[in-house]
Amino acid sequence: MTKKSASLIIPLVSILLGFALGAIVLVATGRNPVSMFLALFQGVTGFTTKTGAFNPRYVGEFIIQSMPIILTGLSVGFAFRVGLFNIGAEGQVLAGSMAAIAVGLWVKAPPGLHVVLVLLAAMAAGGLWGAIPGWLKARFNVHEVVMTIMMNYVAFNLNNLLIVEVFKSADRVKTANFPASALLRDPALAALTNGSRFNWGFVPVILAVVAFWFVIEKTTFGYSLRAVGFNKDAAKYAGMKVNRNIVMSMIIAGAFAGLAGAVLTVGTFNYGRALPAMEGYGMDGIAVALVGGNAAIGIFLSGLLFGMLKAAQPLMQSQGIPKDIASIIQAAIVLFVAMKHGIDFLLRHLARKKATQSVEEAGT
Amino acid sequence: MNILLTMIPIAFVYASPIIIAALGGMFSERSGIVNIALEGIMMVGAFAAAAVTVILEPITPAAGYIGILAGVAAGMIFSLLHAFASVNLKADQVISGTALNILAGGLTVYLCQIFFKQQRTMAFTTGLVKLSVPGLADVPIIGPLFFKDVSPPFYAALVFVILAWFVVYKTPFGLRLRSCGEHPQAAASMGIKVARMRYAGVVISGALAGLAGGAMVLTQDIQYTVASVHGTGFIALGCLIFGKWNPFGVLGAGLFFGFAQASSIYAKDIPFLKAVPLEVFYMLPYVLTAIALVVFSGKSVGPKAAGEIYDTGKR
Repeated sequence: MTKKSASLIIPLVSILLGFALGAIVLVATGRNPVSMFLALFQGVTGFTTKTGAFNPRYVGEFIIQSMPIILTGLSVGFAFRVGLFNIGAEGQVLAGSMAAIAVGLWVKAPPGLHVVLVLLAAMAAGGLWGAIPGWLKARFNVHEVVMTIMMNYVAFNLNNLLIVEVFKSADRVKTANFPASALLRDPALAALTNGSRFNWGFVPVILAVVAFWFVIEKTTFGYSLRAVGFNKDAAKYAGMKVNRNIVMSMIIAGAFAGLAGAVLTVGTFNYGRALPAMEGYGMDGIAVALVGGNAAIGIFLSGLLFGMLKAAQPLMQSQGIPKDIASIIQAAIVLFVAMKHGIDFLLRHLARKKATQSVEEAGT
Repeated sequence: MNILLTMIPIAFVYASPIIIAALGGMFSERSGIVNIALEGIMMVGAFAAAAVTVILEPITPAAGYIGILAGVAAGMIFSLLHAFASVNLKADQVISGTALNILAGGLTVYLCQIFFKQQRTMAFTTGLVKLSVPGLADVPIIGPLFFKDVSPPFYAALVFVILAWFVVYKTPFGLRLRSCGEHPQAAASMGIKVARMRYAGVVISGALAGLAGGAMVLTQDIQYTVASVHGTGFIALGCLIFGKWNPFGVLGAGLFFGFAQASSIYAKDIPFLKAVPLEVFYMLPYVLTAIALVVFSGKSVGPKAAGEIYDTGKR
């Protein structure tokens, strides 16, 4: 198996196994897996198989569910390429969201410019939230995994604090609505999809996917980032600035996640929100990045896959399938991808053993 | 002073699951397997404990204790997945742990829907009954603090701290466990079965985290919901780091984090804390852990081989 085909086969097998496991769980608990697959079909295409009715609202909702997790997938994937595990996309999303709320509510700017300022501020805030663990990793070798987990909870509580104390939420749950100039929402797009929350957020998402691909694959900077990911010491020996690359990669990863915060705040919603619990966009991003092989196009596709699972949840629930089967399938896919690394390792180990054996046999 | 007297038992209630789960994390990491799935294991343990308690409560007064045992068992079974992935299949331990955390949220709520037809378990009526030690409970000051209406997990936490210290530092098992976490190749060369020790470490962590989850839901909640554990597993992870992977350090850090949480409840009654928003207290354990991470960085306090994939050929 060549490396290229392995990077394609492992995620595909994992996805199949994940869905198979989900179907088994459904059967074992007396539910009909066919209903789940029909719900998934309806969630993506908008077609109801029973009546043949077409409702584009489902398609719109499918796309808006995919947008933030493609971005968090890019965030996790970008850091992975430099050998860092960014569990902190969750917190970086919230940092971006806080900045988006501030610029959305407080800054007065003409339509067109305002929303761009919101997006840029969110990226900057996410980048900053990512820079902290990045710098601590580079300067003090602080483990980024535990650090980013802690920062997620700091961001989560900080967001709830700001919503009430600084953004002066009247009901302690949501802020005032943003002015129309700050929004990615557009009545025309909503009308196009029969009143879904579909919005212009897909433009920055696609730009982000292209930027990821370009930076990683086509620039010298991206090459040196990947070199650090492959082998830190060798990259250092070759004269690359390892520490700078670590900090930069976390800033860029944070910016992707921060952008997701803006897409959620001024796209999916039109007000800032206090959260009762973590929403899991960062965790989704880990699944998206792993299945997507940490490459731009792969992340885009796997983002759509997991977006489909999320979008179909209400449909599943209405057909008597507990919607949490989606999280079970998602977790199973991640676990299989993780295990596949091991299986691949095992296969290579066996191949090596066989090779040494035949050498020994040839020697006697 | 009165506030302090009522606050201390509350702090113990919050501290106990943190301490017990962190001790679990210690066993796993000492064996060389990073376990960020503590949160997920606690959720599974909490669900099992709450579900069994709800079902058995009409039948027996010991339902809460049977529930806790169910939590322990569920935690052990769930943690086997982590052990299998990271030991047998050499999966990245952080990814495997993340998968388990996602799985726990999905699986527990799914099972709630199957068994209870809603997103949460039914509410139990008593959970774990608080204990009073006869005689000692009447001693002034010390009585109300440590012996009157104490939540049983607090005693369990204290016992487990001493037990964990004894097992890890004073038994051959503990020495072998630690050697697997420091230098598994050297341990293997002395005839220690690294894979077996690591399974033991992870499954002990599953048992303790399951216990912690059960204790948490039965003392701090009225039913299991997806938010019942709300990040306590990660606080436990922080507690482990803050306590420098040492049982008594874990006890100290856990008590401190417990007080931080209890202060959020009592802040409105304490003059100089009144103005501080609640979220600041919620944030405190995470901020302190982050600071501890920076302070300890560069010093080798954690198990050296934790998180590394065990490669028998590595020198």
